[in-house]
Amino acid sequence: MVDLSQYLPILIFLGIALALSCLFVFLPMGVSRLTGSHNPTAEKLSEYECGFPAFEDPRSQFDVNFYLIAILFIIFDLEAAFLFPWAVSLDLTGWPGWITMMIFLFELIVGFAYAWKKGALEWE
Amino acid sequence: MTETFQDWGMTYEWAWGLATLAGVLLIALPLMLAVAMIIYMDRKVWAAIALRRGPNVVGPFGLAQSFADGLKVFLQETIIPSAANKGLFLLAPILTFTVALAAWAVIPFNSGAVLADINVGLLYIFAISSLGVYGVVISGWASNSKYPFFSAMRAAAQMISYEVSIGFVIICVVLYAGTFNMNGIIVGQIGHGLGVFNGYAFNLLLFPMWVVFLISSLAETARAPFDLTEAESELVAGYQTEYSSMSFALFWLGEYANVLLMCALNAILFFGGWLPPINWEPLYAVPGFIWLFAKIFLFFFIFSWIKATVPRFRYDQLMRLGWKVFLPMSLLFVVLISGWLMLTRYDCGDAGRVYVSTVPVTEAGVLYRDGQSAANLWDGRCVDDLPAVEREFVS
Repeated sequence: MVDLSQYLPILIFLGIALALSCLFVFLPMGVSRLTGSHNPTAEKLSEYECGFPAFEDPRSQFDVNFYLIAILFIIFDLEAAFLFPWAVSLDLTGWPGWITMMIFLFELIVGFAYAWKKGALEWE
Repeated sequence: MTETFQDWGMTYEWAWGLATLAGVLLIALPLMLAVAMIIYMDRKVWAAIALRRGPNVVGPFGLAQSFADGLKVFLQETIIPSAANKGLFLLAPILTFTVALAAWAVIPFNSGAVLADINVGLLYIFAISSLGVYGVVISGWASNSKYPFFSAMRAAAQMISYEVSIGFVIICVVLYAGTFNMNGIIVGQIGHGLGVFNGYAFNLLLFPMWVVFLISSLAETARAPFDLTEAESELVAGYQTEYSSMSFALFWLGEYANVLLMCALNAILFFGGWLPPINWEPLYAVPGFIWLFAKIFLFFFIFSWIKATVPRFRYDQLMRLGWKVFLPMSLLFVVLISGWLMLTRYDCGDAGRVYVSTVPVTEAGVLYRDGQSAANLWDGRCVDDLPAVEREFVS
């Protein structure tokens, strides 16, 4: 049985870290209003484009490779998620567990080789 | 610490709460101070390698430079571009800094000196450090500007690519340690290298994995030579381009806190964390946290050394290294290491279910090194070889 009270310090830490970072973001906003450095102008608030007005909407097309990498990442991260419990229980599962995992890894490697061959990992 | 507060006449709940709060502050505040100091150290190392002086005006030897910078950004105006999504724009630095701090909750600084001694500590760090991608992507998207957006795409792809190989390296370490508990991993390294050195890096099977981990941690934290997310000639200042004031500084602080975390992980997973480097009795007299800090600083020096000397990678080279070199290599080593362990540690012929750990790895985090034997604590033994008392433990 997992003792969830072990995780309470982490929750408290998360809360304090969140409070600290909120303080760091919002306190200077207040301070700059008090000191007078808060002075927004239309030019200052426009997006950065090396001095030009922006040509087009920045949220337009991007390379499809980023999308492929994200999909491959999901597969391999899931695979890692399967490997984690296996890694700590080798003593319990023994050879059958090891062989099963090797078959699983082999299937994934076949998929990886396919992605490689198809050029999903090529850039430019 | 709880006991101390109880001695002062508090109830257990209050004492526990106060001890935890003190523990959190004892980690978070010195961490921020440490970040300020290593930024200074970073600049000094680059300066020394480039035959410059580095910061030397503010305070003695320029030691107060980071604090002066901090004060300056604190007093600046926070600019929120009119095209930006305001909520997300402010959420991104908060998220980045929060997760960079929170990962430190499970780092053991000495035997027993850990805020949350959970049994899946390493998994927690893996999970929380992968959340860092959100801060980057959100900041790039919310800025609604071209360069931050491109940079965020690059950074996200880079971070998740190297997270895959980091995941497999972690599995290799966990295979050897047999536990995800951070103290357990450290204790498992006692005398691992020929009974003399403390650390998994002195194992022939794990040494290549340490090299992979070191390079991946450079890429994961977007340090040079993998700092393509802030390639000035192409992307201005990366995903932070539209940020100013403390929101900008939080990215900076978060980045350095992550670099420190990666240095600490290098020290803990492969160089014995708070153990002395050599398994020799007098060295254990030095407090563990001093060893840990020394190792972290050594790794940080290596990080800034690399930054000062190695030229930047191209993006396709970076992706090729991550996916076509590190991923197959770390997968291969998962197979090799697990196979090796099955043959040497867990295989006992016909003895049935075989292996049992003879020592509970951490008993409330107490350093366990009875006998100082060369065989480490996870010397697998077959059921038949075990004394009767321990055999009960199996079934």
